[in-house]
Amino acid sequence: MAVTGAVLVLFLVGHMLGNLKIFLGAEEFNDYAEWLRTVGAPAVPGRTLLTITEIVLVVSVALHMWSAISLARRAVRARPVKYAARRRSQASGYATRTMRYGGVIIVLFVIWHLLDMTFGVVNPEGGDATPYARMVAGFQPSRWWITLFYLVALVMVGLHLRHGLWSAFQTLGLARRRRALKAGAAVVSAVLVLGFVAAPVAIMIGVVK
Amino acid sequence: MNLTLKVWRQNGPSDKGRMVTYRVEDVSPDMSFLEMLDVLNERLILEGDDPVAFDHDCREGICGMCGMVINGVAHGEQRATTTCQLHMRHFEDGATVTIEPWRAAPFPVVKDLVVDRSAFDRIIQAGGFVSVPAGSAPDAHAVPVPKEDADAAFDAATCIGCGACVAACPNGSASLFAAAKITHLGLLPQGQPERDSRARAMVEQMDAEGFGGCTNTGECTAVCPKGIPLDAIARMNADYLRSATR
Repeated sequence: MAVTGAVLVLFLVGHMLGNLKIFLGAEEFNDYAEWLRTVGAPAVPGRTLLTITEIVLVVSVALHMWSAISLARRAVRARPVKYAARRRSQASGYATRTMRYGGVIIVLFVIWHLLDMTFGVVNPEGGDATPYARMVAGFQPSRWWITLFYLVALVMVGLHLRHGLWSAFQTLGLARRRRALKAGAAVVSAVLVLGFVAAPVAIMIGVVK
Repeated sequence: MNLTLKVWRQNGPSDKGRMVTYRVEDVSPDMSFLEMLDVLNERLILEGDDPVAFDHDCREGICGMCGMVINGVAHGEQRATTTCQLHMRHFEDGATVTIEPWRAAPFPVVKDLVVDRSAFDRIIQAGGFVSVPAGSAPDAHAVPVPKEDADAAFDAATCIGCGACVAACPNGSASLFAAAKITHLGLLPQGQPERDSRARAMVEQMDAEGFGGCTNTGECTAVCPKGIPLDAIARMNADYLRSATR
């Protein structure tokens, strides 16, 4: 969980920074997308960076899900008889209790997100349009429900990271100052969510056209 | 005070078990939870019924024998308290109280509220010890231990092995229990020679017993009557990873 989660968090940081380039204008954003495809050329073939990233991400997501499913299955086996009284949580941590169903929501979101922004299947502009055009078209006010879905999913990502970040340190035995670590996790999650929320909201309210 | 109790009754390990409702009257707020159950049991015996079986020994919060899930919380809602030290003044007159045994596959119910916690003994046997030359007691200052380490080791050593951590964990994990012993011994010079093998053996035994995996929910430390901190689990993980890389 911890190692694959760390890979995914690092990707999210890069992804968020890339997204924010939309505020620099269409040319800058499309150039950045093009650069991702041609970086290292001609020493390496096109899409080298992207292909490596895609492979690492797919493997990480698969292993992350496998870990989560095996942990959940072990949990079910470890408690065959449930409590009659509703088990009341004594630990403070709303985020912790969202991890499993939140993870499922995030997976469904990622599938939609890929169909929308990567393959353009469900995007009004289609897959042949420039990345900038796809993004702006995707978050038009008329498609507010899509934007809302993105926002909900991003909040789930934030909650997932709120627990996941410090939990990863704990799992790897690196958690020494847990209070500071938890605070750090909250800050990083909040920054990531805000960074991701910025672009869709800016497009919806017309700041980015 | 008068209370309505919903108590788990199970005749033996193979019985299916069920919740049974009892009324308990004239409970003093100064009684401990176990004394309240004693009152119920005296009545049940007089009426010719089978008394409710529950584990208990010292009744002063240090032996780790007692423990039941009260209203869905291991040892009840009072923090850092064993069931025997939980007093009836924390309950409202006329309240309904649900009482269940620890629920975990490695803790099979023996009878009613009594569970078999031998799995914990086997985890300790796997590595929760230090091998030292026996003989006359060494001088107290023969092996210097920094004050901070001594304090932290002592805090971890206060684990009484009651099993509340397992009962509260949504994953049914025994990590806090194993981690407390690994922390206790791993912080002291006497525990260093076996530090790697201890972590590996105890974690493997824990898994073999059928406990779940830790997902750092923190439920264990919240119900722990001794307040063993979650840091212990980080230390266990560190020692385990260290043993795996050697």
